[in-house]
Amino acid sequence: MPFGNTHNNFKLNFKVEEEYPDLTKHNNHMAKVLTKDMYAKLRDKQTPSGFTLDDVIQTGVDNPGHPFIMTVGCVAGDEESYEIFKDLLDPIISDRHSGYKPTDKHKTDLNFENLKGGDDLDPNYVLSSRVRTGRSIKGYTLPPHNSRGERRAVEKLSVEALNTLDGEFKGKYYPLNKMTDAEQEQLIADHFLFDKPVSPLLLGAGMARDWPDARGIWHNDAKSFLVWVNEEDHLRVISMEKGGNMKEVFRRFCVGLKRIEETFKKHNHGFMWNEHLGYVLTCPSNLGTGLRGGVHVKLPKLSTHPKFEEILTRLRLQKRGVDTASVGGVFDISNADRLGSSEVAQVQMVVDGVKLMVEMEKKLEKGEAIDGMIPAQK
Amino acid sequence: MANNFARILSGKRNVGIMSLVGAGSLTAAFLLNREHVTAGAQVRRVYPASADYPDLRKHNNCMASHLTPAIYAKLVDKATPNGYTLDQAIQTGVDNPGHPFIKTVGMVAGDEESYEVFADLLDPVIKERHNGYDPQTMTHPTDLDSSKLKSGKFDERYVLSSRVRTGRSIRGLSLPPACTRAERREVEKVVVDALAGLKGDLAGTYYSLTHMTDQEQQQLIDDHFLFDKPVSPLLTCSGMARDWPDARGIWHNNTKTFLIWINEEDHTRVISMEKGGNMKRVFDRFCTGLKEVERLIQEKGWEFMWNERLGYILTCPSNLGTGLRAGVHVNLPKLSKDPRFTKILDNLRLQKRGTGGVDTAAVGSTFDISNLDRLGQSEVQLVQTVVDGVNYLIECEKKLEKGQDIKIPPPVRK
Repeated sequence: MPFGNTHNNFKLNFKVEEEYPDLTKHNNHMAKVLTKDMYAKLRDKQTPSGFTLDDVIQTGVDNPGHPFIMTVGCVAGDEESYEIFKDLLDPIISDRHSGYKPTDKHKTDLNFENLKGGDDLDPNYVLSSRVRTGRSIKGYTLPPHNSRGERRAVEKLSVEALNTLDGEFKGKYYPLNKMTDAEQEQLIADHFLFDKPVSPLLLGAGMARDWPDARGIWHNDAKSFLVWVNEEDHLRVISMEKGGNMKEVFRRFCVGLKRIEETFKKHNHGFMWNEHLGYVLTCPSNLGTGLRGGVHVKLPKLSTHPKFEEILTRLRLQKRGVDTASVGGVFDISNADRLGSSEVAQVQMVVDGVKLMVEMEKKLEKGEAIDGMIPAQK
Repeated sequence: MANNFARILSGKRNVGIMSLVGAGSLTAAFLLNREHVTAGAQVRRVYPASADYPDLRKHNNCMASHLTPAIYAKLVDKATPNGYTLDQAIQTGVDNPGHPFIKTVGMVAGDEESYEVFADLLDPVIKERHNGYDPQTMTHPTDLDSSKLKSGKFDERYVLSSRVRTGRSIRGLSLPPACTRAERREVEKVVVDALAGLKGDLAGTYYSLTHMTDQEQQQLIDDHFLFDKPVSPLLTCSGMARDWPDARGIWHNNTKTFLIWINEEDHTRVISMEKGGNMKRVFDRFCTGLKEVERLIQEKGWEFMWNERLGYILTCPSNLGTGLRAGVHVNLPKLSKDPRFTKILDNLRLQKRGTGGVDTAAVGSTFDISNLDRLGQSEVQLVQTVVDGVNYLIECEKKLEKGQDIKIPPPVRK
């Protein structure tokens, strides 16, 4: 159950003005959209599992945001949240996902053969390639809301499904609360281990409750396919390897995901998906594909070029540091979009964009200008 | 307002608690019978208790010591009239396994009724934390007659400052882990209205955390009055920091010797303090101030949460009874290095903390020395314990200065 808010009916005894949060100093998507009237309209609603408006927005109330970084400021507690609170979530989704309308349809394409190229990114520049997404298991509530029993059921089902994988996907599950010191060391050395979240954005949503109960990491023997269980989402699925063969990373991603999904379906628990929102995840920012496909790439010259940000924006890419801050001109470059375009389309943008940026870097190394290479807005 | 709020009748446990709230900002009426869950409380239970029972095998806190699967199963589908549940009460203890040396409480109350509805768990927790005090059979003495305090003026060559604090909760409104924004704002309003009625050396000003100016904020920091959003996971996991800094604030009198925190870990924390060793005056002001505030809220039809079983009701079970911590900052360079220091403190029923408060280390040889106990003894008795104990410590320090030996005192009568 969500934290501090099971008593929604009791709260209805108070007037709207008395309960409406003070959002005057806030800068997040939720605060932009949640007027007092909207609060009044939605405050007596709950999803079938009991998730309420205050549960949705608590993280956004507790984290006013930053003048430069616009956080989402709300989460879903279950699949139905996106329906029951659509008056709030649709405008947020539209704002966050480039004008995506409530009537739009999202295309899912996990057919890796549709990706063109991607096997020829220069490994002198592209150090590693990675594709991740999330999946929620239909019929269970999401991490902000689930009880211990539910979370454990998600873990149990996930581990059963993962243990059926074979061939290149054959692997092992490491539950957080039972791993040995040696296993922990190895997982840290492999950069696989995830920690209890510390970000107040996540903690404020209640998803770290009962840590580390029913949390764990599964990976295949080759350490190229990894699944996080019960972190910010039911499942986070990651395909990765050193070097620039994004084609192979994406192939493994698609094949692995399909295998996992088949196993879940056999247990009558497919993934949460609908044709409007695509894959349903905890944070509205991850709807659609939930996919972040990216590379660690060396761009020391390009990254200091005055048009770097603009180039990224036009290519529909975003930069992050490696392990949060960028070191030595190495950046994490990935797709900015999640909803409104397919997995193939988004990975294609990464492949094409990174290829172009590496060429720009090479040109800058030779002291040549790159103005003619700057792309139009995709 | 007064006429719109009926009283909570704190009857015996068997009768239960009736809480009636009339028109105005609170418009519903709840009739509480201990045995069933009221209309306000929806406890969604999809899994059996055994599936939801927390894994406490690596835990070391009072909640984990007493929450058996049987008790969990018995209480997990119950809720207080406001809808507060067992899972919420224990969340902080589940999320914070504890420390092998420091045994935390591991649970909180969301409202006054929590102590009734979850008594099967809270009573043994209270008993363990408060040295065997049995809420089912014992009564707690309240005594705020500071004239009874004997001596109470410390040697200021050793005692740098004196302080007494407690907490008070406003009956009828949920506690910080559970309160809605409206309730929290109501607490602020009720208390600030009352404080505005204080006169003489108690007259003062309220500084809301949301609205204070930068200048006011700096002054409060310099005075060491400003409290921050809690960072301790023990507190944040219980939900008491939600909506920060909405409806939080600090009130203090003009002479800066009487201070009230609003909506931090409790509805109110009341602090009387001054530099030097005049604990008697600090305690006088403490009692007078508390009684004045109580009178002022009663004029408006409110009262503090209190019953004769548990004394003053606060969020953390460790603060029940008096909720009182009376202490000094005292310099004990020789005694603090003596291997018998800890035992002496134990026998005097005192505890030491660093001068930054709980969970801090001492700076140099200056310690925060205060009473260990909260429940089962009155305010006067506890402050007397501190007075007698600190005087003894100072005597020890003086003896050691002269090269004389000291004695471990016999344990003081409880």
